[in-house]
Amino acid sequence: MIRVILPAHLRALARVNGEVSFEITGEITQRAVLDALESRYPMLRGTIRDHVTQRRRPYVRFFACEKDLSHQRPDAPLPQAVADGMEPFLVVGAMSGG
Amino acid sequence: MSSVRLLVGTRKGAFVLTSDGKRTEWKIEGPHFGGWEIYHMKGSAANPNRIYASQSTSWFGQLIQRSDDGGATWEPVGNEFVYDGEPGTHTWYDGTPHPWEFARVWHLEPSLHDPDLLYAGVEDAALFRSSDGGRNWEELSALRKHPSGPSWQPGAGGMCLHTILLDPRDPARIYGAISAAGVFRSDDAGASWRPINRGLRSSSIPDEDAEVGHCVHRIAMHPKHPDTLYMQKHWDVMRSDDGGESWSEVSGNLPTDFGFPIDVHAHEPQTIYVVPITSDSQHFPPDARLRVYRSRTGGNEWEALTNGLPQEHCYVNVLRDAMAVDKLDSCGVYFGTTGGQVYASSDSGDHWTAIARDFPAVLSVEAQTLP
Repeated sequence: MIRVILPAHLRALARVNGEVSFEITGEITQRAVLDALESRYPMLRGTIRDHVTQRRRPYVRFFACEKDLSHQRPDAPLPQAVADGMEPFLVVGAMSGG
Repeated sequence: MSSVRLLVGTRKGAFVLTSDGKRTEWKIEGPHFGGWEIYHMKGSAANPNRIYASQSTSWFGQLIQRSDDGGATWEPVGNEFVYDGEPGTHTWYDGTPHPWEFARVWHLEPSLHDPDLLYAGVEDAALFRSSDGGRNWEELSALRKHPSGPSWQPGAGGMCLHTILLDPRDPARIYGAISAAGVFRSDDAGASWRPINRGLRSSSIPDEDAEVGHCVHRIAMHPKHPDTLYMQKHWDVMRSDDGGESWSEVSGNLPTDFGFPIDVHAHEPQTIYVVPITSDSQHFPPDARLRVYRSRTGGNEWEALTNGLPQEHCYVNVLRDAMAVDKLDSCGVYFGTTGGQVYASSDSGDHWTAIARDFPAVLSVEAQTLP
């Protein structure tokens, strides 16, 4: 079971409270998690990564296990604790007010 | 009894204000999409309960929301705005080439006849069309691919296509206004475009009367006189009586001819409204007095409308899409400010009342007149 924590704006958009969780088969990568997330919540398409290039939006960061994974390759394996569901994968709006 | 619904887009969400035909008591609902910038909302003339909203932030990008119950509930629809082909470059502020990059939707313009057909004016400047209620978008790319496109430069707010006017006589005739390129017209439903800026003069470009490069802030049309267009340019208020083929200045006795919005009275095609702003470097009203100026002669002769508006210490701005009129008799006029006030007049501008005082900065106001 993969656990994902979304920022408040995207929780509101996806109409979810708290973290979301789902099963993924195959290797647990950033791309696999985001593909599964967008498949379950299609309104999130384009809000975390670009529709066409699939690149992370500039003001979005990815954290897990107290590490910034934003600049890891999309197909690199995520930490085992994320794959095991012990730790969540965090989608974070870059630090600022607004 | 008729009623009015105002669609107010702000820096931090969308508000829907409703009143009966007297327009003295207003019910405020919102914010919808709290915390997001709502550049524009507009209802379909063919089905007024169908409303579209442009929702964005720098963090999470662009969304289009759609309501089918007059703004009570909303559903996100399509947000994939992809330029047709390799978009190439336009000209940056410093004159160097800069890649065309989608930033946001500034303006949504539903068809006058089909609730599922609408146009979106975007930054960096381009026109998109959806024929399925906003789910899918295609660029009408002949506009962006006009030979002058690589020379287009952004205004201070970005290089935006901010105004879309549809000719009620002819669905194939579309006007688009871009800051800072100018006005373009298509007579074949967007398949081809040509600039229509003859008569404009802008001292901030090397060739003052160039065919393209003018910072047009907004254009407006009365539906019963679609060949007459009014324009608030960066500086200068302009008028065309030939569908934009030529323009003449009608700034007349305005205290300053810099400003953003311009609109036309619902029943008097020669009665127009502007909100003069001090200058391009001081975006607040001259003498710190908020005054709407009305011309009943289609320009040149202007009168200040001040009753109910702050006449001292006022330093707000009124943005280009933040003025609207209703169709009741007498015509209602509405505008929102960057200070978060929404002012309403139910008598064509003679008297004004603040119907909201503490909204976030207002980006857009649209009025719907309901049966």
